[in-house]
Amino acid sequence: MILGIDVGGTHTDAVLLDNFQVKKKTKVPTNQRHLVSSLIGVMDDILRDEDLSALERVVFSTTLSTNAIVQGKTDRVGMIVASGPGLAPEDLRISEDMRFVSGYVSNRGIEVAPIKKGEVEEAAAGLKASGIAHLGVVCKFSTRNPAHENQIGELVRSGFRHVSLGHRMSGNLNFRRRIATTYLNASVHDLYSRFVDEILEFAARAGIKAPLYILKADGGTFEIRRSAEQPVQTILSGPAASVMGILSLADCAGADAVAVDMGGTTTDIALLADGVPLLEPLGVTIEGHRTLIRGLKTRSLGLGGDSRVRVDDGRLVIGPRREGPAAAFGGPWPTPTDAMIVLGLTRIGDAAKAQTAVAEIAGKLNLPVAEAARAIFEKTCRDIASAVDAMVEEVNNKPVYTIHELLEGKTLRPKRLFIVGGPAGAVASRLGELLGCEAVIPRDAEVANAYGAALARTTAEITLLAETERGSLTIAEEGLEVKIPAHFTRRDILRIGMERLRERARRLGAVEPDIETEIVEDQEFNMVRGFYATGKNIRLKAQVKPGLIAGFGKGGPRS
Amino acid sequence: MTQRRKTGLVFFPAFDWAISPTHPEREERLLYTQDQVFEEGLLDFENIVEYKPGLATIEDINRIHICVPDARSVITESHLISAGGAITAAEKVLEGAVDNAFALVRPPGHHAMRVVHGARGFCNINIEAVMIEHIRRKYGHRRVAVIDTDCHHGDGTQDIYWHDPDTLCISIHQDGRTLYPGSGFPDEFGGPNALGTTINIPLPPETSDEGFLHVLEEVILPIVQEFKPDLVINSAGQDNHYTDPITNMRFSAQGYARLNERLKPDIAVLEGGYSIEGALPYVNVGIILAMAGLDYSHVREPDYDPGALRQSDEITRYIREMSKDVLELWKRRHTFKAEIVKGARYARRNRNIYYDTDGIREQQEETVRICNDCGGFIAVNSMASTGNRVYAVIIPSRSCDLCRLEGERHFHGVDKAKQGVHYLVLQDRDRDVYVVK
Ligand SMILES: [Zn+2]
Ligand SMILES: [Zn+2]
Ligand SMILES: [Zn+2]
Repeated sequence: MILGIDVGGTHTDAVLLDNFQVKKKTKVPTNQRHLVSSLIGVMDDILRDEDLSALERVVFSTTLSTNAIVQGKTDRVGMIVASGPGLAPEDLRISEDMRFVSGYVSNRGIEVAPIKKGEVEEAAAGLKASGIAHLGVVCKFSTRNPAHENQIGELVRSGFRHVSLGHRMSGNLNFRRRIATTYLNASVHDLYSRFVDEILEFAARAGIKAPLYILKADGGTFEIRRSAEQPVQTILSGPAASVMGILSLADCAGADAVAVDMGGTTTDIALLADGVPLLEPLGVTIEGHRTLIRGLKTRSLGLGGDSRVRVDDGRLVIGPRREGPAAAFGGPWPTPTDAMIVLGLTRIGDAAKAQTAVAEIAGKLNLPVAEAARAIFEKTCRDIASAVDAMVEEVNNKPVYTIHELLEGKTLRPKRLFIVGGPAGAVASRLGELLGCEAVIPRDAEVANAYGAALARTTAEITLLAETERGSLTIAEEGLEVKIPAHFTRRDILRIGMERLRERARRLGAVEPDIETEIVEDQEFNMVRGFYATGKNIRLKAQVKPGLIAGFGKGGPRS
Repeated sequence: MTQRRKTGLVFFPAFDWAISPTHPEREERLLYTQDQVFEEGLLDFENIVEYKPGLATIEDINRIHICVPDARSVITESHLISAGGAITAAEKVLEGAVDNAFALVRPPGHHAMRVVHGARGFCNINIEAVMIEHIRRKYGHRRVAVIDTDCHHGDGTQDIYWHDPDTLCISIHQDGRTLYPGSGFPDEFGGPNALGTTINIPLPPETSDEGFLHVLEEVILPIVQEFKPDLVINSAGQDNHYTDPITNMRFSAQGYARLNERLKPDIAVLEGGYSIEGALPYVNVGIILAMAGLDYSHVREPDYDPGALRQSDEITRYIREMSKDVLELWKRRHTFKAEIVKGARYARRNRNIYYDTDGIREQQEETVRICNDCGGFIAVNSMASTGNRVYAVIIPSRSCDLCRLEGERHFHGVDKAKQGVHYLVLQDRDRDVYVVK
């Protein structure tokens, strides 16, 4: 048995799967003030009278970190940053509590200037004196050589409750994003740790022995204790849950497709290339912070079934805000849902109230009510379709760096539309028409998110750089630098990389049959001095592909 | 601090293309630049937008080059992407998507001349020229200033625009007596119909930022201002850097950034620059920040030491003198024509051109009609050591009626057999026609 729970903004959904079949499903309103109580309540409920020893795994997806960041309910964080040459410190500033210190390594990871102990200690003391308990440490090119971050971390660790180091967040280059990611990680650390403690306490009390996992933004999972070190990885896992749900509920194999989750307030869009969801190449963005958190490429459109519809300058405007439920459910304003009710596309709520609400719009547009409803419905579908088209176009215009990629570059041409969410039934066929796609509403769509979380496998990523001239191999995410011989080759890096990746995946909670690895980047360059080759610069990035656990379907996201 | 501008970037490092594994023009040339650009997170700035390079077409090449035996034979896909990248950068500027743009592409192109029998100085086709003619075709004629800041003389660009009064080509470079290709002296000043639209400023070895910024302020900016171009293009070679392995200059990333801040090019196109670890990452980041109006004052090479890079007083004096002379020459440009032409109807020059990269020798005779109304029609008779012989007639952009008439008549009058040529070409730039007989 597998339990999947999605603590969403409005509802908390849970499914209990037995042999990949839905044994029980439930949906309750989320207690926003105390997310963990919603979670525990649902667990308690669904597992009552179940044989807990048959439980193989429990997976949660939670908006805890996302909400904290979006609502600004995070801890104050001090940052110690070694920016080296390049951007001016002011272009890197993320908060007032940021201190710049000396020391830097080059783009090859060679130390150019050491850090200064006194400077670091002074910066730390200043931050501490202003009452800061959480610290982030980020150095430029630290994924190429983590020594400075590690050194600073050692110097300051004892003075703070928790210290987040930049290179642990991601192996990717991007200093500004590394700063933002480390900052966010430190800012939700306490809140998230308490959440994990409460869950673990409950599980112990309830006698749950199965491993507990948390869903990440990339649609993969990690073991709950490991997640406490990197809570920031759990942000924006909501859309990931819905995409994983679609992947597990529908047959997505082979074709390019669009995945749409249309809710009351927003519509989330994701894209599938040959059945595999696209990832945000660098990392997801939250509250204006561009991060290095690997996540699905999604667009959130401020347009849902409950969006307010109004007439502005003789033109229809829908969204971007939800100001209460649809009029048919006692809400104050007409909404797309009301229009769908008037058109008979759905039989929910109070049809008379919907009629009255749409009539108000019809008056302003000087149209019969039915035509006004048709116009609202049509605009809703067209706005979503054009957002999808824009996203597809953006993907197809993404820059490429080799002749091969440019000439053989794949063009994404979606042929199918998978749609879930409240208004899915009403909009599916028209939206499919507008997009030139066959529209599919998967079964059990109302608990797609929980279903997706339940079946998501553990993912891991690893970034290696071998510099034979320096005799060094760096494994970014592990913060490791080891010596290598001059005759180190691409085969060696492949062997070491794959071993380390499997190890890392196991540490994060992966079970052996789910470790499906993939090489994401594999490049080898000559190092030349004058006109002679003096060594090799070999780069490898590998991952355990996001996807569904063994025994269930195929596929998973890719960048 | 300057105002922020919206800057387009076309980045095409061509990680799968090299002249040879240890050649300066090889796969990893832009590798560390890419690392630095990525690590600095430049593409995350709202005012920096990255675009995918387009592909130039054979028509784009034929509009400006005479390739022998034909364009396909002298290029690879990389060249089409590199020129295509420059075109994309220009299009984004001309369509108003961005305020300016930088094409970080390779291979480079500024040594490729009008006639192309093979590769010279790592260049096969002139990506700036291909870009400029594409712009003119698509958006209407533009007066263009090309400022070549590569350490080598931009002899290819000079050759292509030698007779064009609407294209100002200014090249600063290490003195030709000390560096490939050996040309680019102040007396190379443009053909008789375009005197002064070629400007050469050779700098002595070990010139530092101070010297070329002096030239920029005292010579280049005043000339550009007087020329009143519609577009300013920086042919942004970066081999003047103090760490460059194949040159002897002392420019720094700060100097290059300052140059772009002051010059304010609409489009910059990467040319040379072979210090792939020590210079390119910093110079390119500096240029991008300067173009985008961001603070570049913290961009510094790992081993940067301004004291050690200072130029000698002798160099300073030399450059001051030469700057005055060049400016003086420019001011008197209109007075030379009569003296040079001496009433002749045609002007002729004979040249030997060496294709160092491909080891080809070419003998060329070029004739231009003296004209006060347009650039003048041109006839080129070229013979290469490959055995290929070509005769080309070129009708210039915005040609006058007489040059068109005489040019066409001349083309129809050429007897291939009698001339002993394999290919007879008509390149009508005004009507965008390219005919091979
Ligand atoms: Zn030059
Ligand atoms: Zn050069
Ligand atoms: Zn004429």
